[in-house]
Amino acid sequence: MTGNPPPRTYPPGDHPDLPPPPATSGIVGWLRSNLFSSPFNSVLTLVAIWLIYLFVTGVGGWMVFDSVVSADSRAACQAIDSGACWAVVTTRLDQFVYGFYPPAERWRPNLAFALLLIALVPILFSAVPIRRPLLWFAAAYPFIAAWLIYGGFGLPVVGTGQYGGFMLTLIIGVTGISASLPLGILLALGRQSKLLALRVISTAFIEFSRGVPLITLLFVASTMLNYFLPPGTSFDLLVRVLIMVSLFAAAYLAEAVRGGLQAIPRGQVEAAEALGLSRWTTTRRIILPQALKIAIPGIVNVFVGLYKDTTLVVIIGLLDPLGIARAVLADAKWNGLATETYLFVALFFFLSCFAISRYSLWLERRLATDHQRTSTP
Amino acid sequence: MIRITGLHKWYGAFHALKDIDLTVSEGERVVICGPSGSGKSTLIRCINRLEQHQQGSISVDGTELTRDVRDIERIRSEVGMVFQHFNLFPHLTVLENCTLAPLWVRKMPATDAEALAREYLERVHIPEQAHKYPGQLSGGQQQRVAIARALCMEPKVMLFDEPTSALDPEMIKEVLDTMIELAESGMTMLVVSHEMGFARRVADRVIFMDGGEIIEDAPPADFFDNPQNERTRLFLSRILSD
Repeated sequence: MTGNPPPRTYPPGDHPDLPPPPATSGIVGWLRSNLFSSPFNSVLTLVAIWLIYLFVTGVGGWMVFDSVVSADSRAACQAIDSGACWAVVTTRLDQFVYGFYPPAERWRPNLAFALLLIALVPILFSAVPIRRPLLWFAAAYPFIAAWLIYGGFGLPVVGTGQYGGFMLTLIIGVTGISASLPLGILLALGRQSKLLALRVISTAFIEFSRGVPLITLLFVASTMLNYFLPPGTSFDLLVRVLIMVSLFAAAYLAEAVRGGLQAIPRGQVEAAEALGLSRWTTTRRIILPQALKIAIPGIVNVFVGLYKDTTLVVIIGLLDPLGIARAVLADAKWNGLATETYLFVALFFFLSCFAISRYSLWLERRLATDHQRTSTP
Repeated sequence: MIRITGLHKWYGAFHALKDIDLTVSEGERVVICGPSGSGKSTLIRCINRLEQHQQGSISVDGTELTRDVRDIERIRSEVGMVFQHFNLFPHLTVLENCTLAPLWVRKMPATDAEALAREYLERVHIPEQAHKYPGQLSGGQQQRVAIARALCMEPKVMLFDEPTSALDPEMIKEVLDTMIELAESGMTMLVVSHEMGFARRVADRVIFMDGGEIIEDAPPADFFDNPQNERTRLFLSRILSD
């Protein structure tokens, strides 16, 4: 640090790569640079540790250590311990999950959910052994799931009015996400098209859908849509909601994808044209893979928003988890346990959205092929 | 091979190419130089319709360039192009960059396309990089991949648009060496470049452009040692002085 520099240890050109000084790397280096980089920051770190301690002991005590998991009513809960009364959730858990789906038929949504996980594997991960047959299964999955959950063809029909809870959230969320992605990509491409009609229609659709609150579209779905349709054609409220949610999300997605499309350098298209690739091949093989990769954060943002917006269907009378929560809290036995009930619903949404978010980060890292020069062979 | 007659091109009101006549025969190597904005890049970009001309005619190997998409695609599949900024596809590996056009334009079976790509990567001396992504290569390596990618379509003509201008000095030589080998194999080449050493060594003709016009068109010996036009002399004295 002070005094003359030490004499050269190595002749010029022979300096080997040395390890970094110990205090700049490893655990000690990390602690020093992140938590104790100055006296003021050291004080802040200690204060933060104290606050975390207070939070964990206070909230943790209420949520975990002093909580009651099974009881018959709120009064029974309070007789046992002073903390949260999770009994309100556990006694009505089946309603939170299935709504009013008949208990004898609940194996059907269970099976549909298990098959959903299998169908998602080849879509989410490319390095899957038997990917091609699995993709065919994923393509057939919507029909299989609709049959399992709704019934018909040998299974007793369960009307959509009986669906509710997390099951309903997943039905709307998964359908909305998988239907809006292709539609959003087509809209974004349409908006960039050289064909005037296509461009005008896409732009008008996007601007209209984004300019209207989802709630109004849901009201249109629940009340007005039947006026526009020819008399005699009435289709299910849930189907109408699914269509509206998908169209709404598609408009937002189209804008996220457009951001990606516009980030592709002109040279990429020129190189593809110079090779003689057709417009469609250029779009499919060169532009979209790069544009979608850039648009991942925006796309995931739309998906998470859509997923949480499914709770709006409670307003037109569908019993999503919030609808169930409202019904449960109306029961005199559980009156006043809103904190526990809504925390539980919030936890479910947080876990799903966090999973989506982590997946997208992983996908971004896996697709990051440019601007990284590594020394791998 | 390439026949351009009475070619005019405007960008809005700007007259970028003025009455260009140029014929390149099979196996001929032509180097085009000139100050920036002289229209040299625009000229070769017109040949494969990356730019659209408004007057005059261009024909490549007997096919006249018209609005017809099939003519454009036929000419593009016969004409290879190498860009200043490489324009490799960053989401595809080196090998995939090379097999893309044979697979989707020539409809070649995957194994044949891969064999072809490996053959041309060998020709540009980077067979060992086949499974890397372009972002992991140096500039010179990327440009050689771009040359291999164009060669995989087995074009009759190769266009080079300032292929060494974006490279570090150390990497220019490896790209020029590849281009010299290509020239010696008999490829018809049209090269926009300021590499006068390259022009002297391989070019059959050197063309000087200024203000959208062809000012001088001569064999390298005459072009460098006995330029006819005053502007050519001025240009040469500027770029050869150091």
